[in-house]
This record gives sequence, structure tokens and C-alpha cells, in this order.
Amino acid sequence: MVGRPRSPHVTDTSLPPSPRRNVLAPILRMVGVVPFLVFALLFLIGPTLYIVLGAFQRTGGGWTLENIVALNTPSVRNAYWVSIKISFISALLGCLIGFAMSAGAVLGGLPKWVRSPLLTFSGVASNFAGVPLAFAFLATIGPAGLITMWLRQDLGINLRAYGFNLLSTPGLIITYLFFQIPLMILIITPALDGLRREWREAAMVLGATGWQYWRMVALPILFPSLLGCLALLFANAFGAVATAIALTGSSLNIAPILLYAQIRGDVLGNPHLGYALATGMIAITAVANTVYIVLRARSERWLR
Amino acid sequence: MTRILAWVALILGMLYFILPLVGMTEFSLSMRRGVYSLDAYTTILGDPRFRQTFGYSVLMAVATIIFGVLLVVPTAYWVRLRLPWIRPYIEFITLLPLVIPAIVIVFGYIRLYNTSSWLPLTGSSMGTNLLLVFGYATLALPYMYRAVDTGLRTLDVGTLTEAAQSLGAGWGTILFRVILPNVLVAVLSGAFLTFAIVIGEFTMAALLDRPAFGPFMQILGANRAYEPAALAVIAFAITWACMGLIQLVTRLQKHTRAGA
Repeated sequence: MVGRPRSPHVTDTSLPPSPRRNVLAPILRMVGVVPFLVFALLFLIGPTLYIVLGAFQRTGGGWTLENIVALNTPSVRNAYWVSIKISFISALLGCLIGFAMSAGAVLGGLPKWVRSPLLTFSGVASNFAGVPLAFAFLATIGPAGLITMWLRQDLGINLRAYGFNLLSTPGLIITYLFFQIPLMILIITPALDGLRREWREAAMVLGATGWQYWRMVALPILFPSLLGCLALLFANAFGAVATAIALTGSSLNIAPILLYAQIRGDVLGNPHLGYALATGMIAITAVANTVYIVLRARSERWLR
Repeated sequence: MTRILAWVALILGMLYFILPLVGMTEFSLSMRRGVYSLDAYTTILGDPRFRQTFGYSVLMAVATIIFGVLLVVPTAYWVRLRLPWIRPYIEFITLLPLVIPAIVIVFGYIRLYNTSSWLPLTGSSMGTNLLLVFGYATLALPYMYRAVDTGLRTLDVGTLTEAAQSLGAGWGTILFRVILPNVLVAVLSGAFLTFAIVIGEFTMAALLDRPAFGPFMQILGANRAYEPAALAVIAFAITWACMGLIQLVTRLQKHTRAGA
């Protein structure tokens, strides 16, 4: 077919001209999105597929599950587990604290001027991540940080003696909260705005206490939102590489740092294991994001 | 009672955010023993590597913004005008960078565009720079597309296009002289956010071995004590400036809309 000259006359005689134009029009219209689709294919979907497919291939070629199975070593398992733990705990705390702050500003009867600066600050803080964030926390509760020194010199409390170390799982969680809480505030505030005052009044008229209103009306309505935020925050923390590397170097064994080391120097000794490691990360963030999308669709039934 | 609880939640929360900011500022000022000084900042600003890497990252950010605008605005416009049914799919693609960690995307680049591949972008430094711009455009895609698409929603794209066409405008004129000025605020918001993301980005730049600001900060952090804190203060100021500019352009738009 390729080498042969095209013969449009054949189709022209079999079809009247106007329907043929209608057949072509949708295809011509697609041309407008071709640059975008090509870009997405080359620099987003293609590279990702390459990694995912590579995870299921042998070095010489041929399909296999060996790489996935080979990931099941104590070191890799531990890396995933620590990553999941850090992401989950920081997401959970981020949700709780962010919710409390946002609820305080929206529903807690605080003055109106609190709200706008809170949201602006959240916009800044949620984008203040990566390497500088690690520096800020090192300067504050690192070995020679402001609070560490203050506690030791003025109050005689040696954080290190209590087993606290910023370069550890709890340290990473405390640091991650700096972008998790603001993200939560940014997502949950519109949901809290969506709680109608009529619902509360209706509950009060029916004799409900404030606690009953929250337990039986507001929280069930917000529940999909809250759970969805948890999933989004989890994915947000799971993919964070820069903060962890700047904070701990490569001393902490978590999935993104392990992948970073693998890309740099093939520490696992097999490039296909690297693909499998990356695929595992995509799988985990994909599950978390799917949960978020499904639950957000559910919560939109009530909150518009 | 509720109000007290609300204040407590807010103040405790803000304390958590303010302490690291105070910590890094104080640390950045205490390079000279015993007194506050700007020594850390003078060292940083006088460091030629700072100027090189910062300049490089600014350049990358500007290139990313230009490329992102040229990619996103025509696409979002065309989808709104002619292909409304495709919108959910496009939107899904633009959200993928939130699902796929940046480190995985750049891993794919390294494998797919290495020197022995069909498109050896990583073979030359210019090619790698280009790849990095594409990578940053990918990272910024969710924010850029959403900003522009929201901006387009407030316009009657169909009527504007027909009006322009009946006056004899071609597609280029419609895009750059009718649509772009109307979504300029949205584009600027997306641009400032992109700038904030790109300027300190670490993972992609480090793995592609580019002399960007993010990797420079990381190296400095591993070797020095006070300068990193100064860098953190500078980075925080840049983030503030970007967010402030977004608020500013949004507010300006409200005023012009109200006045019109």
C-alpha cells in the first residue's frame, strides 16, 4: 500500500462529495491537538511506558516477571515499606492538622481577615519544597539548629539523648508536613466552604447538638473529600526526592532515594531491576491517585 | 469555646510554619561568631557558581514558560472550540505528571534518549538542555493547563473566533491577538508557578547532569554550614515573590473587569 500511488478517484465515484468531507472533517479537526499529543507521547507517556515495559522484560529480550520477583529482597522491601510509612503518616498528620486549621479559619468564628493570608501562605509553603526546605529544617532542628541549641543550652534538654534525629523517619515526616499541611488547607477549604449553613440550621432545629451535627451531617458529607485528600497527600510525599536527599544524603533507605542511586550507579546490579523499582513507585502513586479521583467525584455530589 | 479551639489550632499550626523560617533566617545570619552578619549572603552572592547556576535555572524557567505557553494555549483553545469531547482525555494526560513521579519520567528520558538511541538528545549539552526544558514543561503541565483552561472557560471562545474570522483574521492572529490577551492573567499565573517550580528543581537537573540551581544547592548543603540557610532564605523569597505576583495579576484583572 505504501509504495503505490493513491487513487482518490475510486472513493470519489463511490461516495458523493459532501459526506466524504464530513468524514474527513473530524480528522482534520484533530490536527489542532497533534502537537500536544506528540509532546505527551514523546516526553511523558513514552518514557513511562519504556520503564514499565522494561520492568517485564529480560536483559536479552522476552517477557518475564523475574524482575518483579527479584525486587522481593529485604533491602528493597524495607525501602518501599519505610517510604509508604513516611508518606502515610505525613499524609495523615497533614490531613488532620490542615483540616483543623482550615476548619478553624472557615467555621471556627475567626475574624474574616485570617482567611486570605492563610490561603496565600499555604500557596507559598506548599511550593516551598525540595532542597531549600531541607536546609530550613536543618537550621531549626538539625544537630546545630536553632531549637536544638535553645533546648540544650537554656533548658538542658538534649534532643539527641532522647533519640531524636532529624535525619531519620520521624525527622523526614516533620519536614514533609511543611508542604503537606498547606496542600491540605488549599484543597479542603473549598470543601468546607461548600457546607451550607442551612444544613447546620436544619440539624439545630431538629434538636441536634454541635457534636451531633458534625458526627451525623458534616463529617459524612466531608468524608470522601477527607479520604481523597489523604490519598493525594500520600502520593505527594511518595514522589518527593529532593527534600529527602538534601536532608539525609543517601543514608536513609527509602524507595525514591534507592531509585536515584540506581539511576546514578546501578546499585542493584541489573538495569531491569531499576525499571521494576520505578514501576512499583508508579503503581503505588497510581492507586493513591485513583482513590483520590473516585472519592472526589463522590464528594462533588454534595459539595459544589 | 469553638472560637478558642479555632485560635489554638491556627496558632499552633502557624508556630510550626514560622519556627523553621525563623530558624533558617537566624542561622543564615550567624556565620560570624557572636554577632549577626550578612556574611553568608555575601559569600553566596559572590560565588561564581551561584551566579552561573542561578542564571542557568532562570534561563531554563523562561524557556519552559515560553514552550509551555506555546504548547498549552493553542491546544486548550482548540479543544474548547472544536473538540469538546476530547477534553476529559487531554485533561487526564495533563494530570499524569502528578501521578508519575518526576524521577521516573527522567529515568525514562535517560533510557529513551541516550547516545545510542534513535533520538540521542543526551549526547550533546544543547540536546540535554532541550530535554530538561521538555521535562520541566511536563512537570508544569498540570498547573499550566488548568490555569489556561480555567481562563478560557470565562470566554465565549466560539463567538470571539467567529467575530475575528469575519473581520478576516487568520488562526495566528486569532490566537495571539484575540485569545492570548484574554487569557493573559491565567497564562501569567501559570508562568509564575512554573518559575517557582523550575528555579529550585533538583531531581531532573541532577540526573541529567545539568549545572542548575537545585543541584548546586544540594552540593553546597553537603559541604557548608551557614550558606545553605542563606540559600533557603533566598529560595523562600523567590517563592513568595512568584505567589505574590500571581495574586497581583489576578487582582489587577478583577479591577479591569469591574471597570469595563
